[in-house]
Amino acid sequence: MCGIIGVIDRTRERMDGASLRDALCVMDERGSGEGSGYVAYGAFPDYADLYAIHVFYDRALSKKEQVEAVLEAYGTVEHDEEIPTYDVGKFDVMHVSWRYFFKPNIDLMPQSKTPDDDIVAKIVFAVNTSIDGALIYASGKDIAVFKASGWPGDVANFYRIENYEGYMWLAHNRYPTNTPGWWGGAHPFNFLDWSVVHNGEITSYGTNKRYIESNGYKCTMLTDTEVVAYLTDFIVRQHELPLSAAAAVFAPPFWEEIERMGDHERELYTALRDTYGSVMLNGPFAIAVASKNTLMALTDRIKLRPLITGERDGKMYVASEEAAIRRIEPGVTRIRMPHAGEPVIGRVVA
Amino acid sequence: MIIGSNPPKFAVFVDEDRCILCRRCVKECAYSALRIDEQKQQIQTQVRGCVSCHRCISQCPRDAITIIERPCDYRSHPLWTTQIRENIFKQAQSGKILLGGMGNTLDFPSIFDRLVLDACQVTNPSIDPLREPMELRTSIGKKQKRLSFKPTPKLTTDKTKEVSLSDLDLESTLSPNLKLETPMMIGHMSYGALSLNAHQAMAQAVAKVGTFMGTGEGGLHPSLYPYQDHMIVQVASGRFGVNADYLNRGAAIEIKIGQGAKPGIGGHLPGEKVSASVSETRMIPEGSDAISPAPHHDIYSIEDLKQLVRSLKEATEWKKPVFVKIAAVHNVASISAGIARSGADAVVIDGFKGGTGAAPSVFRDHVGMPLEAAVAAVDAKLRNQGVRNEISIIASGGIRQSADITKVLCLGADAVYLGTSVLVAMGCRVCGTCYQGRCSWGLATQQPHLVQRLNPEQAAVNVENLMEAWTLEIAELMGAAGINSIESLRGNRDRLRGYMLDEQLLSVLDVVSVGA
Repeated sequence: MCGIIGVIDRTRERMDGASLRDALCVMDERGSGEGSGYVAYGAFPDYADLYAIHVFYDRALSKKEQVEAVLEAYGTVEHDEEIPTYDVGKFDVMHVSWRYFFKPNIDLMPQSKTPDDDIVAKIVFAVNTSIDGALIYASGKDIAVFKASGWPGDVANFYRIENYEGYMWLAHNRYPTNTPGWWGGAHPFNFLDWSVVHNGEITSYGTNKRYIESNGYKCTMLTDTEVVAYLTDFIVRQHELPLSAAAAVFAPPFWEEIERMGDHERELYTALRDTYGSVMLNGPFAIAVASKNTLMALTDRIKLRPLITGERDGKMYVASEEAAIRRIEPGVTRIRMPHAGEPVIGRVVA
Repeated sequence: MIIGSNPPKFAVFVDEDRCILCRRCVKECAYSALRIDEQKQQIQTQVRGCVSCHRCISQCPRDAITIIERPCDYRSHPLWTTQIRENIFKQAQSGKILLGGMGNTLDFPSIFDRLVLDACQVTNPSIDPLREPMELRTSIGKKQKRLSFKPTPKLTTDKTKEVSLSDLDLESTLSPNLKLETPMMIGHMSYGALSLNAHQAMAQAVAKVGTFMGTGEGGLHPSLYPYQDHMIVQVASGRFGVNADYLNRGAAIEIKIGQGAKPGIGGHLPGEKVSASVSETRMIPEGSDAISPAPHHDIYSIEDLKQLVRSLKEATEWKKPVFVKIAAVHNVASISAGIARSGADAVVIDGFKGGTGAAPSVFRDHVGMPLEAAVAAVDAKLRNQGVRNEISIIASGGIRQSADITKVLCLGADAVYLGTSVLVAMGCRVCGTCYQGRCSWGLATQQPHLVQRLNPEQAAVNVENLMEAWTLEIAELMGAAGINSIESLRGNRDRLRGYMLDEQLLSVLDVVSVGA
């Protein structure tokens, strides 16, 4: 089932995580206490230009040296620290979480338009596929991710997310069926600047995974949602298409609708569907996808999962339930239920 | 006479109590296996002629006829089977290569039958095709690797707004594609091998369904010009029927390199089937054997294929997709990767269960590989090399039912070619004697009195029905799997599980076992 929340402030005004925690707890009915998580954009103003690489280690830190050797091979760690946690006694603390503020050595990728992102992507895949006992679960700039296997309130308290501020947040309450108890399987999934929370099940996962893996990405999280982060990165960063085009390939209009369009749009949508057919996300989903400046919410083409949006005071809210939004902002206005497959995009202007 | 006669393959019985001596069976049997004994007033059988085509049975108004296979057994032996013994008898007498019709006759296990499909339960809802849209539209041809757009001239650069798609113009040039309303086409069975009535029936059916059929290497008869927008014209090693007009009439062009039923060898249409009309359409003398060489003599390597692809595109002003059909042989994946780089728009993979009018049985039964493994290997190789978008994959050879189509799409094919199943829809009983040119159903024959038995309009309805029925079944299977568009099924091997397949084959198929 799962519950999702997203909020973005158009003026980059930062808010702390407490209200997100409380809002997510409103939707405890949608989870099972086996996975919750939060992501905050703008969390590390002191290191805003560095990649905040988050790693789950085993409790003995047995693979720490190996991971650090990879980081050092590809750049410089400017600062690192254990992510402060406070045992709430409600779930097994399986991992020690560490974050590294990392500057890639861009000379290593002379051919690339985005060498720093490419290097970090390479590190993520190298560590996650070859170092058993270490998992990079976040790799964006100025982005903090908090996740574990527990109820939303317990996970929030474990990390004390009220101590963090961000101009954009995503939160997720999981009802896992596939990999309960695995911290890596909790949402949000973050990759470079992209973060995704997802309610649903991607029935096209086999197609999506093979497509994205043939383009150099590696799926390592044992769950379907991570492909959304990679596919968005691929379409928007690598292929330089607008977010609206990503939405149009994730949840394209039906051919019948495309045929009713004018010549110009029909050509665009036909080309997108034909070219990026393997990127289409099928099955029931409501997703929120964040990047540095945008928050996009989208459902599948026949809206088999709920999604509500609202606005107030320069903030846009998206969630599985209106109650969750009202917990953050009781005075929320412009509550609406987007149509199936209709992207709702919020963007910072400052 | 050292060997003498082999036992007849079939016994035919006519129940005298039921028979009313209407003589219809005698008239209908194209193999002279039945005749009337006027004196005794009974139907007599000459069983050596019988091929079990069931024409007599289907036409008997009294259900008086029974046909039994193998009325006389040899002593059974696991190694020296009946087939093996009789092949030796034949070759000891003739000194010749054995010929056979239809597909592989050996008892290779079907991989399709050991793959099972998925359906949704609880965690996600299945989709009801009666209530929700279900999209099976498929486009065949080269796709761009990536698209690029440029802002329309009217676009204002307000950075606070997201770029809307309608503010963009497409910058990429797209390749011509065929649009199929369902992921199945009719494969290449030539006019010559098949009758004109059969071709007309298939042409009407594909036009109705919104898909395509292949001409085979038999040219395009003028009576089929009205359906030319649904025709894929074939260029094979004999180049029969090929000229600029022919190429330009087709919706697409297919270069036939090989065929699953007989990889590595050419084709042979016996002179008896080269009637006046066939001769005209193929541009060869009447009554002459039409022999297609084993290789194309202008293609001795992959770069030659590239030249032919380009020549055909030049001849048709780069408006038509060009397919290349190969038999599934051991290196099918690498060969396909080469084809993907030749400028071709689709590769047809023809598995070793594919049918044919006639093939040396040693090839039909022993050369090539199963379609399922071939498609899986080709799709994986093209993806690994980053050229999957360069080319569509059409799976062909031994597709018997909608489940086979669904499974082969999951393994990575874009669409399928149907052959034998379409003939069966028009009456074919898979008797395997197409090469005799005496098909009682008016399908694989040019004899006017047999051809006229096939009513093109009625046969077209049967073919259309079959394709519609399979389309409905695929839509139901997709809906059950929670998928509402065919592109999410394509290459989706996660929705398959292998049942009693060995580990090596599972890894080739990139499918996990049931329960895993």
